[in-house]
Amino acid sequence: MDFNWQLFAQYLVIGIATGSLIALIALGYTLVYGIIELINFAHGEVFMMGAFFAATVVGLTGVTATSGTASVVLAGIAGLFGAMAFSAAINFGIDRIAYRRLRSAPRLAPLIAAIGFSFILQNIAIYWKGANPISPPSFLPPEIYTNVLTEWFGLSTTIFLTVLDVVVVGVTIPLLIGLSWFVYRTRLGKAMRATAQDREAAALMGIDINRAIGVAFLLGGALAGAAGMIALYYDNSARFQMGFRYGLFAFTAAVLGGIGNLAGAVIGGLTIGIIWAMSDGFMKEYISGWGAQWTPSVIFAVLVLVMVFRPSGLLGERTADKV
Amino acid sequence: MTMLQLQDVHAYYGHIHALKGISLDVQQGEIVTLIGSNGAGKSTTLRTISGLLHPRQGTITLNGQAINGMPAHKVTALGVVQSPEGRRVFPRMTVLENLEMGAFVHGKPDPADLDRVFTLFPRLKERLSQKAGTLSGGEQQMLAMGRALMAKPKLLLLDEPSMGLSPILVETIFGIIKEINAQGTTVLLVEQNALMALSIAHRGYVLQTGQIVLADEAQALMRNEMVRKAYLGEE
Repeated sequence: MDFNWQLFAQYLVIGIATGSLIALIALGYTLVYGIIELINFAHGEVFMMGAFFAATVVGLTGVTATSGTASVVLAGIAGLFGAMAFSAAINFGIDRIAYRRLRSAPRLAPLIAAIGFSFILQNIAIYWKGANPISPPSFLPPEIYTNVLTEWFGLSTTIFLTVLDVVVVGVTIPLLIGLSWFVYRTRLGKAMRATAQDREAAALMGIDINRAIGVAFLLGGALAGAAGMIALYYDNSARFQMGFRYGLFAFTAAVLGGIGNLAGAVIGGLTIGIIWAMSDGFMKEYISGWGAQWTPSVIFAVLVLVMVFRPSGLLGERTADKV
Repeated sequence: MTMLQLQDVHAYYGHIHALKGISLDVQQGEIVTLIGSNGAGKSTTLRTISGLLHPRQGTITLNGQAINGMPAHKVTALGVVQSPEGRRVFPRMTVLENLEMGAFVHGKPDPADLDRVFTLFPRLKERLSQKAGTLSGGEQQMLAMGRALMAKPKLLLLDEPSMGLSPILVETIFGIIKEINAQGTTVLLVEQNALMALSIAHRGYVLQTGQIVLADEAQALMRNEMVRKAYLGEE
């Protein structure tokens, strides 16, 4: 049997879109881990709250698929920025209320606080929108599922690249550029990196380390909120438990790429997204009985393999300390 | 004019009573050194002044204003800047970024300060875009001191600037400390290398297990028999 390049390209498209989404969430894990060495177990729920809030905001705009392109775009932007602000505020709030008080406590204490917040947010979500999956308010016109390749570029192909896929990647890339600009070019971003590298030395330079840490939570939260909005419409549903599954894959992506490393989180996210799509759709062509139910096993098998050969992750770095 | 004054300062690491009533002062324009053996509390004293550690008892005043209990970043903003033990440069940031971080309290680095740092440490200018973690020990020490100078310190706290450096480099570094002081910065210097420290200082304090056991002019300390035996390695 010939290798089916068309299918491969199709699943690559899906994988990149899913991977972008995972990367956005993974960045939140890696930002927080990089600066305070805490695995923020509540991060998946921060993402989920973003999805819920996006549904509320889009619902409030009252825009429907027939409202015209300008309205639809504006409603989408409102949902995106609303979710980003909301998730950023939650993430920052959790740090302010709980983690900051536990800065000098044993490392297990903030970890358990994070698990606690994960449950609190899930229960708030159930109270807010119920325990069953919700459908987002439909405001996207059917054209969002137009095949870009055939309709826009006039190519004759069976590969399906929808406008929605393009939007997902088109939202992710500017966010990644904005993040790296902030972290590597601005004074506050540099202060955040300095705090991550040596907290005491940063304080001695006059950096308010609690503020620098707060900024990391704001950034991570905002990216998770954006991912929430994207997931809401990419999956066309949201549920209080969605943060667990996505959070687990995103955390895996962060570890795979080298936790604490921003580029690593993106590469890890894309890797997992692509493996996910390939395993879900492609492998059954070659292995009978294969199906989507095996995907998590494949992803974690890859994680284990990478960890065996590169314990610090794909881009994880070890710098020698000089005495 | 008294710039910094510590009165009966007690500090703890957990249950360990590290500083047992330290009283000392630093006058404007001086180089004052704290000498003593490992674990005497020299670094702890600097950490307490900088606000990394808060005294349980006693007061620390800077030009008459109490600074004990203040978080470290606020102490730095007041002009008390520390170059910590072990250099503690930001390893994955470039030399220039490290210097920018030194100027954090002023927003942007002052070009005049950058010039001053490059004049004192020409080596740093050659390494501007190199990651600090890849510098040699001596270069890291220069960077740590340059970084502190970028904050325009009124009082510079130096913790073990000679640690791990070759004898020639130690001479250079101490020459530079003298020059920094001559340019108008008050210096409080913690050193294990008591001979070098006393040779450039105006006054000195000798610390032993968290207490000051001796305080005098640097020249007098160099002649003091107990100091000669315990810290200058004479029989």
